[in-house]
Amino acid sequence: MFSYIIKRLLWSVPTLFGVSLLVFFMVHLSPGDPAMTLLGDHASKEAVEKVREELGLNKPLYEQYITYIQKVLQGDLGNSIKTKQSVLQEFKERFPATVELAVVAMILAIIFGIGAGIISAIKRYSVFDYSAMFVALAGVSMPVFWLGLVLIYFFSVKLGILPVSGRLGYEFYVEDVTGFYLIDTLLANDIEAFWDALKHLIMPAIALGTIPMAIIARMTRASMIEVMKEDYIRTAKAKGCSHFSVVMIHALRNAMMPVITVIGLMLGTLFAGAILTETTFSWPGIGKWIVNAVYQRDFPIIQSATLIIATMFIAVNLIVDLLYALINPKIRLS
Amino acid sequence: MKNDNRFLEFVKQFKKNRSAILGFFIVAILVIFALFAPLIATHMPIEQELTNRLLPPMWEEGGIATHILGTDDFGRDLFSRIVYGARISIMIGAISVSISLAFGLIMGVFAGYFGGKIDIIIMRLVDIMLSIPAILLAIVIVAILGPSLMNAMIAIGIVGVPTYARIVRASVMSEKNKEYVIASRVNGSNDVRLMFQVILPNCTTPIIVQATMGFASAVLEAAGLSFLGLGAQPPTPEWGAMLADSLQYITTAPWMIFYPGLAIFLTVLGFNLIGDGLMDVLDPKLKEK
Repeated sequence: MFSYIIKRLLWSVPTLFGVSLLVFFMVHLSPGDPAMTLLGDHASKEAVEKVREELGLNKPLYEQYITYIQKVLQGDLGNSIKTKQSVLQEFKERFPATVELAVVAMILAIIFGIGAGIISAIKRYSVFDYSAMFVALAGVSMPVFWLGLVLIYFFSVKLGILPVSGRLGYEFYVEDVTGFYLIDTLLANDIEAFWDALKHLIMPAIALGTIPMAIIARMTRASMIEVMKEDYIRTAKAKGCSHFSVVMIHALRNAMMPVITVIGLMLGTLFAGAILTETTFSWPGIGKWIVNAVYQRDFPIIQSATLIIATMFIAVNLIVDLLYALINPKIRLS
Repeated sequence: MKNDNRFLEFVKQFKKNRSAILGFFIVAILVIFALFAPLIATHMPIEQELTNRLLPPMWEEGGIATHILGTDDFGRDLFSRIVYGARISIMIGAISVSISLAFGLIMGVFAGYFGGKIDIIIMRLVDIMLSIPAILLAIVIVAILGPSLMNAMIAIGIVGVPTYARIVRASVMSEKNKEYVIASRVNGSNDVRLMFQVILPNCTTPIIVQATMGFASAVLEAAGLSFLGLGAQPPTPEWGAMLADSLQYITTAPWMIFYPGLAIFLTVLGFNLIGDGLMDVLDPKLKEK
């Protein structure tokens, strides 16, 4: 197992190196000049030259890459062209908002996805099964930004019960301890603020959770149907276990393995959704930050944010693979 | 004759799959909209009637019969824009999938057929691309190339390459040592012929399924990019761009939000239903994976 971990860890180094190379060259070979972007179209030639000098844009590309990679290895991901703030600092400020949204979305997706999957599997070919699976397929086909807008229309515009955008109403102040407003408001013992934060979270979390929920529901159903055919389920039934215990204890535990893998690997889907969901709901997280950086052609942010996200993505995939190998010796040995 | 029988069998199986038939109908309507847009649409998609701005659909109070689904903030007919939008969506799907398929196929065939170092290099590149979430990579590419519909299609096409490369590689690897390939090699076929004329035709099932699903995700991703202002630019009647336009009218003209979004949803659903059906009919084992 140890050598497997080492092997997988070593494999991720060239991948990360490749990502940094890919993004760096893509960004630096792009047509626009960051110095011009920074100063605007009417800047004098001298001013542009000075900024190019400051940003090191005059050096050959490979030198720029080496300097960049050296800095990255020392934890310096550069500064935003627009705000001059460190990219890492800006990332840290926005990261908890995205994580909070993603976690709540995932919890909703798991509860409803697994629930619907189980009922569909045991009531196979019933009206519930057909409708749940159709809804699941519809969920996979749903443009999250449209779902977000429809939710805003019904719950904010029509019914007026949920706020349209942001993380917290202006009347509330919460001290930043963890960065997760649901936790920070509770730590501050401010129940009203907690409710407000929760209300802000509901719609974005539903929008973001829909696709993962649909995938989990389909996966759970397929996996449960497969497991329910196994001999040990027949044995459990034969020895007189209740239907509930057969389904929830004997079958579900075994059916969960592929589902857990899918959940782990869904980080990418969640993140992709977060970019669009955060834009729809003006949620101040990583997704909206990157989109704004693209609008402003703030290349240090685009470049470093992509690298950070790829690193996290690789790390999560690695952890999921390792956990899977831990549970399933067949994989480890192959 | 044998091929005819196989095709008839395929049609028979496909017809049994009710959701696939539904998908087929949705896509058929989309294609009809795209082909006959000038006949179906009641107005030109960019024709403005400033006296008829923000009209509701015809069945709502204040709506008029000449604007079936109402008008937008420039007085453009929403129904006509959605009908013409079908052309753009089909173009997006076709171009993006073609780009992904062309590169993915070549990469996958080479990696699977030659193995060894070529395989390692190609699959490393695939791993690198897959380690960046698709929409983020697409956004980065569009940020670099500049926002436009063409660049969005290129970006989505590039982002799709690794998926096809993996699928093709896996199929080629499972086929390349089969007897018919060895027989063809003994008969004197060279590598290019073996790869593209002997092996590849036997790897089409997963590729067809992936291309159908890929069409759906290309439409969805392009709509997402346009919604972010990074794809189609106004006044192009692209559904995602129409949604981006409608944001500020959510309280006064909600129809500007419902119908373009519904069009995206139904199109993606249609292709996904067909893809699901194809998977059931062509290769049930694939679905279990």
